[in-house]
Amino acid sequence: MEKQHSRAGSLSRRDFLKVSGITLTVPLVIGPRVLKVAGAEVKVFGPGRVPMTFTINGKTYRAELEPRVTLLDALRNEFELTGAKRVCDRGTCGACTVLLDGKPVYACSVLAIEAQGRAITTVEGLMQNGKLHPIQQAFIENDALQCGFCTPGFVVACKALLDRNPNPTPEDLVAGLGGNLCRCGTYVGIRAAIAQAARMQRGG
Amino acid sequence: MAERDAMEMAEYKWPEPERRRLIGKRISRVDGPEKVTGRAKYTYDVNRPGMLAGKILRCPYAHARIARLDTSAVEKMPGVQAVLPLKKVGDEILWAGDEVVAVAAVDEPTAEDAIRAIVVEYEKLPHFVLDTDPKAAGERARPAAEQVEGDPDAAFREAEVVAEGLYGMSLITHCCLEAHGAVVEWEGENNVLVHISTQAVSGIAGQMAGPLGVPAGNIRVKQEHIGGGFGSKFGPDSWGIAAARLSKMAGGRPVKIMLERDAELMVAGARPSYYGRVRVGAKRDGTVIAWESETWGTGGIPPTSPLPVPYVLRIPNQRKRHIAIVTNSGPARAWRAPLHPQACLLTMAALDDLAAALRMDPLDLLLKNIELAGERADVYREELQIAAELMEWKKRWHPRGDPSPGPIKRGLGVSIHTWPGRGHACRCDLTIHPDGSVEVKLGSQDLGTGTRTAIAIVVADTLGIPLEAVRVRIGDTQYPPAGGSGGSTTIGGVSSAARRAALDALDQLFARIAPLLNASPDQLEAWDGRIRVKGDPSRSIAWEHACARLDGMPLTVRGENPGPGELTTAGAAGVQMADVSVDIETGIVRINKMVAVQDCGLIINMKTAESQCYGAMIMGISYALYEEKIMDPVTGRMLNPNMEFYKLAGLADIGELVVHMMTGEKYDRRGVIGLGEPPVISPGAAISNAVANAIGVRVPFLPLTPERVLEALAKKGGSHARV
Amino acid sequence: MRAFEYVSPTTKEQAVALLSSTWGETEILAGGTDLLALMKDDVVRPRRLVNIKEIAELRGISFSASTGLRIGATVTLSELLDHPDVWRHYPALVQAARGVTSPQIRSMGTVGGDLCQRPRCWYFRSGFGLLARDQTGRSLVLEGDNRYHAILGNEGPAYFVNPSSLAPALIAYGARLRIFGPRGTREVLLERFFRIPKSEAEREYDLQPNEIVTEILVPPPPVGMVSATYEVRQREVLDWPLVTASVALVFDGQRVRSARVVLGQVAPIPWPSPEAERALVGKAVTEEVAQAAADAAVQRARSLGKNEYKIQLARVAVRRAIQQAVGGGTRR
Repeated sequence: MEKQHSRAGSLSRRDFLKVSGITLTVPLVIGPRVLKVAGAEVKVFGPGRVPMTFTINGKTYRAELEPRVTLLDALRNEFELTGAKRVCDRGTCGACTVLLDGKPVYACSVLAIEAQGRAITTVEGLMQNGKLHPIQQAFIENDALQCGFCTPGFVVACKALLDRNPNPTPEDLVAGLGGNLCRCGTYVGIRAAIAQAARMQRGG
Repeated sequence: MAERDAMEMAEYKWPEPERRRLIGKRISRVDGPEKVTGRAKYTYDVNRPGMLAGKILRCPYAHARIARLDTSAVEKMPGVQAVLPLKKVGDEILWAGDEVVAVAAVDEPTAEDAIRAIVVEYEKLPHFVLDTDPKAAGERARPAAEQVEGDPDAAFREAEVVAEGLYGMSLITHCCLEAHGAVVEWEGENNVLVHISTQAVSGIAGQMAGPLGVPAGNIRVKQEHIGGGFGSKFGPDSWGIAAARLSKMAGGRPVKIMLERDAELMVAGARPSYYGRVRVGAKRDGTVIAWESETWGTGGIPPTSPLPVPYVLRIPNQRKRHIAIVTNSGPARAWRAPLHPQACLLTMAALDDLAAALRMDPLDLLLKNIELAGERADVYREELQIAAELMEWKKRWHPRGDPSPGPIKRGLGVSIHTWPGRGHACRCDLTIHPDGSVEVKLGSQDLGTGTRTAIAIVVADTLGIPLEAVRVRIGDTQYPPAGGSGGSTTIGGVSSAARRAALDALDQLFARIAPLLNASPDQLEAWDGRIRVKGDPSRSIAWEHACARLDGMPLTVRGENPGPGELTTAGAAGVQMADVSVDIETGIVRINKMVAVQDCGLIINMKTAESQCYGAMIMGISYALYEEKIMDPVTGRMLNPNMEFYKLAGLADIGELVVHMMTGEKYDRRGVIGLGEPPVISPGAAISNAVANAIGVRVPFLPLTPERVLEALAKKGGSHARV
Repeated sequence: MRAFEYVSPTTKEQAVALLSSTWGETEILAGGTDLLALMKDDVVRPRRLVNIKEIAELRGISFSASTGLRIGATVTLSELLDHPDVWRHYPALVQAARGVTSPQIRSMGTVGGDLCQRPRCWYFRSGFGLLARDQTGRSLVLEGDNRYHAILGNEGPAYFVNPSSLAPALIAYGARLRIFGPRGTREVLLERFFRIPKSEAEREYDLQPNEIVTEILVPPPPVGMVSATYEVRQREVLDWPLVTASVALVFDGQRVRSARVVLGQVAPIPWPSPEAERALVGKAVTEEVAQAAADAAVQRARSLGKNEYKIQLARVAVRRAIQQAVGGGTRR
């Protein structure tokens, strides 16, 4: 791993120096990783691999990644958290939805480096003490899934919606689940599931 | 087994209703927990030790010849482990996005950098991607032989009313959420392990053997879960073979190639477009007697075949012409119910226009002519009546053109469809373990239809044990081969094979247990976790205790389809109705409600059967209103290879959906019939008809975009077009 | 995505110092919803990303009856929608933000990012440049598929449409931008911020490569103002509207004293329509007046071949926005 790291890094840096522009106020250099700008020291990360630390589902994870790696790819490729899926990879379909500090985001459109220091919750983190989350249970009972590829994203988006709004009206569903797409057509089940999960959460 | 076959063939049948504790009930899918927790592993999720990332350089031009190809810089790049040209200088490229070079590198970013460093020069050649007008296609228009039945000329002379119309649907893609792709690795010189996203686990090795030069038996193929296929995932594809070659070049290290979203939409499959001019002739009373159609469409380079029109209703006098248009639009593949949605639209829309010309309710026109549907006519009649009640058709239907004031016009539409759906060839091994647990293994796959669950239901019900006692293992070529999951053939195939295996296993177990219960084997039955003497439940033994009598040796039985007894047949019939609102000032169409009434013989799992119908209606709403593979005449490229402008329906775009599955003795006795395709056929036609009913004019082509709706309104010449 | 280096300054002075004075070398990272897609599509290839989300003074949202609304550039759409004063006083802005129907985009996307996002033109996104011309200089938009392209301000060479969801409403309210750069702070009327590029070297807004939008300032709502945004959209799920219109009308009794009518998704810039405004001023808003304003709004519109329907949609959007504003009052 270490070997790959230095190789990839050195390549990028060489490439970088070669094409580096001359018009930058502060030149792009690899030398000091700290630049003095506007009277303060600012750390410059990359373009090679950078040590990063994440808090995912309450646990600490570490990896050395280039700044260009998205949170989604870090989760899937580095930490074996493959619940979030890469589908559109352009912030449209919602299959990669995770929570950042409790808010739903498209992990494909967040850089891993900017997710450091924030509470990341993935679908894998929804079970409590080995028990399915009420939303997960409701998805199963209402058959709110077919191939299941969009399901983790939908489950997380539903959690975000119910966390914010425990009694969603049909109109709230439009606004709360408008960022996720399914190809098999499981929306009828999802609508029933979220209604059931809301009832269960109110009861419990 | 031969004995049993000879003596008791009649016993291979489905249990009577009172003997079904699980079959036909609403059972939650067994792999639900894995899928909702993110634990389910798809091919895309396979991360093998030492795995390399594969990427493919694709041609940006729709028609070109490779003039220069230089990969030398890439081969020396750090982190790049293998470079595989897939084309050579001089090769002709026939669609944008076609594969040129594949590389494998230590990670995705490095592979991407490598792709960018490849030098390719193309000689651009003229391309053609237009498909709506055969006259514009020149020599790319390839007429097929005319087909004639009866005497269409005489029939049209006899007809008292003739309706003419133009209909069609654009090229669309499958847009599987899990893109196509594979992870391939070599174990030594001769063994290959393939994880692949496929609808045909058992069929992949045979297709890879030739290109890889190893016997098919040395290629192990695995797939736990698949993120959608819809007809587009039956082969290893050029990228699967490329992954294998790259792996070999890299010393056997696993190579993962999953298509990027743009490639998935550009090259991994499309449903051919079909358009047509149709004439239908009828008597004043609505009896349809004549059909004439000229159709055209494209599926890329291979010519499209003629459509099965008129659809469902066999109109006695017909003349049909078809022109295939050869384009550089990219490859077509089977798309859920190939040819049927197109044939259905052309037929049901033409009949709907005929009804309008006759000033008849289109529901009455269908009922009037339903005998033309042949042996399933009575099923359609029954279904049309149920659908009409669920839609309150008779109360709510109005003649064409909603007369109510304001810009929002409401309308109803109806369509009918059919599909064969007989079970495919399938084998499974069923093992009863001495601890009472049961395993079923087969090289099948679960496309999201609930295949695992259906098999478990059949086996558990047959053996009289709880669902949880049955573990279904699929998706591995080390299990007995099962057919590919296409054409709604899986449920019939796997349920029949599993039923036979379970019945045979039970016979063998009965033979062991009978002496203990002082009975003969044929007096025994399995029920509620026990094996007991029929009519004397006091003489019984618990399932676990019975299995413990296997002397430590698991009992394994092979089940097959086809086989003795008719457990699966063909010929599903369905009806759908749509209720839409159209804003005639904007051309925006919204679905208020859809009703699906569907027959599929004996239903194994009501919950997942209904889900198939809901899902198909939603997919149908999507292609009726939104989906189009937009080909650019100038660049020859697909302009919307993303999920932003390749539009799929969302949760709030579908209205209220109602599903009614036909059940009862009459349906059960036909055995199991597949359900994947049928309900996706009618939505386009039903919605198109509903829009025509709402606004008083036919919008010829799907998707029914605002542009097309406004254009149709403008042509109608009413005051609606400009407000 | 190509490799880049990443910096996360904590002051706007640092940010500006870290930005290049030449387009293309550095990019500002805020919500990332557009920028990362552009980078993945290789349309922009920055060698440094400057994350501005750690700059405290770009955050926050406040309202006072005397000075109006101040929105920090990195305020997210969710934060905007969670603010009671925004709901109370700026319904057209709320309706515009709610049109972004994805909660993920709302919790990531920033107000500044919404204004500075790049066009969705499919030729631009495929690497043919902002003006979408091939090697011979011919316009792919004019000869190709322009169903989503401009119907106004489309004399060329730019034919894309400005994609901002919020700009039409903000312009209708007379919003200004505060911009910080090497020469300090400047303010620009949002309406003047956008411009139609005449060459590939120009951007579609008035921003230097080393300037950042820091704040959006919306004047307090005048007494008697009603406003609304109306979108024509195909799907309820996250989707680009085909056309939007935002209107802000200030009444003097029964008659319109002043009017702003701004269309979105119809031109390379958010498109204020003085013609529509003139049709409203001095009149009571009847159906006929609303229709006359709508007709006036598209008086200069022209089809590029495949987008004629958008002229009709624009007309309807303007009329319905006016009717919604009048009917719905100042509440949402």
